[in-house]
This record gives sequence, C-alpha cells and structure tokens, in this order.
Amino acid sequence: MSIRHHLSDQLLMAYAAAGLPEAFSLVIATHVSLCDDCRARLESFDAVGGVVVEMGDEVAMGADALAATLARIERPVAPPVAPARRAPGVFPTPLQDYVGGDLAAVRWRRVGGGVKQAILPTAKDASVRLLYIPAGTAVPDHGHRGLELTLVLQGAFADDSDTFARGDVEIADEEVEHTPVALAGADCICLAATDAPLRFRGLIPRLAQPLLRI
Amino acid sequence: MRVVSAPSDNLELSLRPSDPIRSGRRKRCTMLDATITTLTGGTEATYVAAAAGIALRRKKDGQVVNAEADTDWPGLMVRVRDRRDREAFAALFRHFAPRIKGFLMKSGASATLAEECAQDVMATLWQKAHLFDPTRASVATWVFTIARNRRIDALRRARRAEPEDLPWGPEPEPDQAEVMEAQQETAQLGRALASLPEPQRALIERAFYGDLSHSEIAAETGLPLGTIKSRIRLALEKLRQQMT
Repeated sequence: MSIRHHLSDQLLMAYAAAGLPEAFSLVIATHVSLCDDCRARLESFDAVGGVVVEMGDEVAMGADALAATLARIERPVAPPVAPARRAPGVFPTPLQDYVGGDLAAVRWRRVGGGVKQAILPTAKDASVRLLYIPAGTAVPDHGHRGLELTLVLQGAFADDSDTFARGDVEIADEEVEHTPVALAGADCICLAATDAPLRFRGLIPRLAQPLLRI
Repeated sequence: MRVVSAPSDNLELSLRPSDPIRSGRRKRCTMLDATITTLTGGTEATYVAAAAGIALRRKKDGQVVNAEADTDWPGLMVRVRDRRDREAFAALFRHFAPRIKGFLMKSGASATLAEECAQDVMATLWQKAHLFDPTRASVATWVFTIARNRRIDALRRARRAEPEDLPWGPEPEPDQAEVMEAQQETAQLGRALASLPEPQRALIERAFYGDLSHSEIAAETGLPLGTIKSRIRLALEKLRQQMT
C-alpha cells in the first residue's frame, strides 16, 4: 500500500522553517513518519536552511566563547533520558506522544451519528483532533474558512474528489466544500488540523458546533 | 583554522567571471570553482577547490584564509565523533558559531541570547555527533536543524513535533563518494540561492528566520532541490533494505 496524497512544498518548507502552528506541525510530523518521500523532500528543505545559515551574516562570538564551550563539553553530561520508545501501532511516535499512547489511550467523546472525536492539547492558533468515523458513515458536509489538513491513520474515506487511505493527507482550503464518507471495511480514524472552525451546513450541526468545539 | 597567508602576487586565482556567488553581494565567504595555488615559504600547496566545494575567504590584506584544509566539515565531524577531537571541534566552532549567532539574531534574539544559544548549539553538536549522517545532510544543514530547535525554546515559538526517528543510526563508515556528492550538492544549492533575484532570495531567508507565516511562504523556491531529494530518498531506501 503506497501513499498517494502527499504534503505540499509550501507546507514542508514552512515546517522546515518552524513557521507552522503547533497543530499543523503535528500532522506534518505524523505524515513524514509514514512517508519516506516527504521525509526526503523535507530534508531537502532543511538543506535550504543549512545554506541560509552558511551564507548568512556572521556575528563575532565573545572572546571566551570557545573556551567556555570547550570547558562545558568537558563536563560529563547525564546520559540523555531516552524518550520511551513507543511500540509501533496505529499511531506513529509523534502522535503517540500527544495522545500518551496508541489508539487504546485515546479519550473519545461522542459527537453523534457514531462519530467520535478527541481534541489534542496544542497552542490555540490552530486546533488538531482525532476523528473516529464508523465505516460507511458520512461526516457532515462542511466547508472551511481556513486551512484544513486531514491525515488518514486507519481505514479510508472518500469525498467528491478522491479516496484517501492510511498515510494519505488531504489539504483543503476555502475552496473545498466536501462530504467525506468513511469507506466500508475498517472504521476510519483521521488526524485533522485546522486554523479556523469548520462550518457545517446543516442547522443541527451548526447549533451543536459551539458545544463540540469543532 | 589554518591560515595560509600569501602575498597577493604569489596567489593565482582563476575564477569563472560568471560565477554567480563571485558576482553576489556582501558575502565575505566565496565559493570558488577554481584551482588555487599558493606559495608559502617555498612550499607549494595546491587546493583543488572545485573538487571539494572549498570555501575560501579573502581578507582585505590579501591573506587567504584557507577555509579548506579545515573545511572538510564532515571529516571534522567524524573526528569529533570517533576521537572526541577538540581541535576538530574548535575548527567547527570558529566557522559555525558566528553564523549560528547571526542566524539567531536575524530570528529576533538579542545578542546575549544568541551568543548563549550558539554555544548551546555547538555543545549539542559535540554531544550528538554520533547521530550525524554525512550522506544525508551537510554539517551546515545539521547545524541549522539544531539551531532551529534551540530557537523554538529560546524565543518561545510554537512547539514543533518531530517525525519519528528512524530505527537506525548513520553507518559508521559512510561511503566517501556519497559524502562528497552530498557536499557538492549543498555547495551547488548555495550558488543557486546566491544567484536568485533579490526579492526571491530575501523571501526564502525571511522564511527561515521565522519572519513569515505559512500562508506567506511561497511554494516555488526556484531552487534545484530535485537532486538533493533524490539522493536522500535513495539513502533512505538503502537503509530500509538493510533493516529487512
């Protein structure tokens, strides 16, 4: 199974430059963990950062800077506490770090129609959540005011334009109005980040929106 | 860093006049696609710059600081890694620390904070030397990634999740041809960046200084990243095969 829907150059470069809201960075890091192609593209943008540092202006260091640093590396350092190696699961490591474990550790909240979500704690400039959509169920038709990234972790969904399976990322902006439907088979689990609240088109979801925080 | 000083009449430089960096602005550091012959105290030292992507700095008094006897950066990193070589570390420090400081100040850090962080970054480079893979990144690239992460903490920028570590480290004895190729591609990328029209180059620099939001970053950089990406992709494939 290979990934068909990748990150854009713009997103990869913004991530390389550390210019993304935390919520988007989590989606990028999770996708890159699954996709060597985007990892290679990302590292090529890191190389641009390297060249910017190399060619940028130099500012002289203090007279004792080298001596101070040499003295410092001389001192023994406590061996770094290796971050608990996460067992491979449905979630790659960066996502497990936010959830505190794999799928079983998620604290889902029901949002109706069998759909569940879990909002992950991040800075407020954008939000990121896990969505659980039972196989064959539609997510309410919605448009976007900002940018929305949806990464599939299990199962698959389809919308008007295409089909998205594990590792695929859908990049939706204000142009996109869509009705994603989880395909039959496995229940679909996605990681979705947005920098604006979603707008649902039906009245009931819209009334419920403040309560759901979506 | 070794300094090769030579009176200017003993120094022959053959430069391609069209060299984009040569015609570039304010940079003190010049990448030369040239063969440089210096005569110092009767000893002839020939450095084939083109082969090694050599950085030479020409001072006002005509001295040429041979960046390169000591600018085999990946080689110096290997010495730091395998032998905890402090001289090699000092050479890396003298080259990279002032650049890291400049980078952090451009990113909005005060001189004091930038100085402190540049020392942190260099100490990290020493401590994590075993993680550096010269077939995937130049030393400058690696320095940038460490400085970027230090900047996030120091300037309280948005937390940035990191991709999963690959379950293997770099090979202990990297293929020298691949290392050379990676260095040459980085040098080429540097020339390409220098030859971009000013507004375009400024935009890329500002993005990496953290001045632009993601919607302001242009997707089209005008930089030839295809070869770098392909090489890294191959390196990843090779590693995955070795794992299975």
